[in-house]
Amino acid sequence: MTATTVDDQAVRAHPVALARGYRFELIKLVSQWRIRLLVLTCGIVPAQFVAAVSRQSTLPEDTLFGRWMHATGWAGPLVVLGFAGTWALPLLTSVVAGDVFAAEDRLGTWPHLLVAVRSPRRIYAAKALASLTVILLLVAGLAVSSAAGGVLAVGNQPLVGLDGHLLTPADAAGKVLLAWVCVLAPTLALAAIGLLGSVALGRSPMGLLLPALVALALQLAQMLPLPVAVRLALPGYAFIAWNGLFSSPAQLGPLMIGVVVSLGWAVTGTALAYRLFLRRDFTNLAYDGSGRRAVRTGVPPLVGLVAVTVAVLAAATGASGSGIEQDKVQRSVATAFAHLYRMQTGQLNRPDVTEAQLKATATCTKGGGNVAPRGPGNDWRCVISWHLPDVEAAGTAIYQLDVAADGRFVADGDGPKEVNGYFLVRTPTGDAPNPLWRFDGTVALLSTTQKG
Amino acid sequence: MGTLLAIRARGITKCFGDVVALDGIDLDVGQGQIHGLVGPNGAGKTTLLGLLLGLAVADSGHLEILGTPVGRPLAAPDGVSGFVDAPGLYPSLTARQNLAALAALRGRDAPRMGIDDVLDRVGLTDVADDRVRGFSLGMRQRLGLAAALLTKPRLLVLDEPSNGLDPGGKKYVHSVLAGLAMEGTGIVLSSHRMEDLEALCSDVTILATGRVAFSGPLSKLAAENRELDYRLLTSDPQAAVRLAADTAGVRVVDDAGAWPDVEVLVVRALVAAVDDLVVRLVHAGIAIRELTPVLSPLEAAFLALTEQEEPS
Repeated sequence: MTATTVDDQAVRAHPVALARGYRFELIKLVSQWRIRLLVLTCGIVPAQFVAAVSRQSTLPEDTLFGRWMHATGWAGPLVVLGFAGTWALPLLTSVVAGDVFAAEDRLGTWPHLLVAVRSPRRIYAAKALASLTVILLLVAGLAVSSAAGGVLAVGNQPLVGLDGHLLTPADAAGKVLLAWVCVLAPTLALAAIGLLGSVALGRSPMGLLLPALVALALQLAQMLPLPVAVRLALPGYAFIAWNGLFSSPAQLGPLMIGVVVSLGWAVTGTALAYRLFLRRDFTNLAYDGSGRRAVRTGVPPLVGLVAVTVAVLAAATGASGSGIEQDKVQRSVATAFAHLYRMQTGQLNRPDVTEAQLKATATCTKGGGNVAPRGPGNDWRCVISWHLPDVEAAGTAIYQLDVAADGRFVADGDGPKEVNGYFLVRTPTGDAPNPLWRFDGTVALLSTTQKG
Repeated sequence: MGTLLAIRARGITKCFGDVVALDGIDLDVGQGQIHGLVGPNGAGKTTLLGLLLGLAVADSGHLEILGTPVGRPLAAPDGVSGFVDAPGLYPSLTARQNLAALAALRGRDAPRMGIDDVLDRVGLTDVADDRVRGFSLGMRQRLGLAAALLTKPRLLVLDEPSNGLDPGGKKYVHSVLAGLAMEGTGIVLSSHRMEDLEALCSDVTILATGRVAFSGPLSKLAAENRELDYRLLTSDPQAAVRLAADTAGVRVVDDAGAWPDVEVLVVRALVAAVDDLVVRLVHAGIAIRELTPVLSPLEAAFLALTEQEEPS
């Protein structure tokens, strides 16, 4: 051979179109038995769970809306949503997004994929979009399945909100849908963490577990008595902020903050994973993740994001402390009591009375009056007073409150027996659950304090 | 007359931190040529194959693939195919689905062979609808070759394609590669299996510690001024020993213990000296029943050039 001759047939290859790469990634994901199993599980199990629980005599009263599962089919999808935010969604994002890059490391298919697609950027985009699609499919399955199970098993009845007011079935359906849409934001944040772990840690199981571990850490943080600005600055808050939809008026502020913070994490996590992915040396076939680089690249920006968010929220909302204060607790309890009193009045076939006529007020103390009445704890005690038309004496009832750090509370009736001391009320048609015996509520962490 | 070159590399150097993986590599691979690439572990073969597939770029030097200069990652021209380390296959998909997904990825406009055709060429038609999860290593290698064929490559880069192949599978692979070369495809074949390289390749490059220790036709290796051991089986072993000892340039190797058969003689000599010995044996009326190199010229050259100890 003496000469080099250019082969003029050779043309420079172009990267594969993103749509084709996306389809390729989707085919690979959906062909995995565990993804198929998850899709089936999310489509079937919630319906069966809700239908089965709704027919039990004992309801999951520790879970928000659990005590209303006999009353309406719309409580079921909210119970599942509460459970999903704690366990299911972090695990789903772990299995899908936490493995989407690591799978190629495990199979040793990076060279093949890069030669076929010819663009790490498009590979990243295709993988991120494909995992997002599967996650959306799984979340939609959970929502639709649990709603269908509830409505078919119990019926399309009104739902009692967190302040005791009744939502019509149509309102309940809309808010249930909106609540599920809202938790997509923190789910995407966890998915971005999953992408980051999958890119950074390669075949290591830690990459797969990262979203679940981060979700667990965020849940633990939400259980601590954090300042409200810090609580809202964490992406996990959006998993519980949907509660505010079920008050009247809806507590949209914390919800919007939670959603925006979560989307911020989703964007930041995805961008960090993208940056790390593009820096990877794909000729190193023994690559097994770069934990140190991941920590250097991933942790400081996320910590910085939290710090900036805390500062912005503290400045914008003026919120300080836990956000749980005496007057807010008193208002929340009194409002819920008034709504539920009307419901009990209806059950007992007594003349209707409005919340305005009742003029319900609450006087709450904490720790028997020995500690400052603010912050979470199970030592709140409230005395509620109300008036009935044409009755001079005010009625009173006592509640023991367990107020969680995130503002949710359970009010446990402590008498008198005729009002809130017993779990059943005797109605003209027989015994029925007493709505005043025990109820859930929520304290608006960001609402302004009423003076006087 | 000029020859179309599938690969033209000059002074290719690639470093990973302080480690020099490739150090001034020159390589020419003609179209229609099967070029073997051998070297001990860590010699830089995989790095070189990665450069040819476009997975990385050289730190310095000049590389042309199919006449197109390659200066950035993943910029190899259309018509380059193959695999490095192992075929990229997805175990949850069937053989046909793997190929179909790959074909769909490249689009309808890209030149390609039919999926059934490539499966037939590598002898996997019967298992086309089985999941790859259950495939043996040899079947995966053949499916990897089928995936590479899908795009009608004009340069095929293969890393250990004979790994795990049974004789039947090897026959399929050899037949496919020989057929592709006949059609004008340039093939670079990295392997530790010398018999495969000798059966398929016209040229070889031996790499050692990132440098080219030899590059050229296989026949040139045999003609190199290097002594080889030959296994000699004759009708009169005693006389053959005497003749061998008397022949200039031929040494009888004592450590023939690997062959307990007393009639086998091992001699060490250059090719010319062996020719002399054969003539003398024939003149002496001694029948030569077998005369074979203990190690193939390629293997011997590999060991010599890479300074590896021969097994005793």
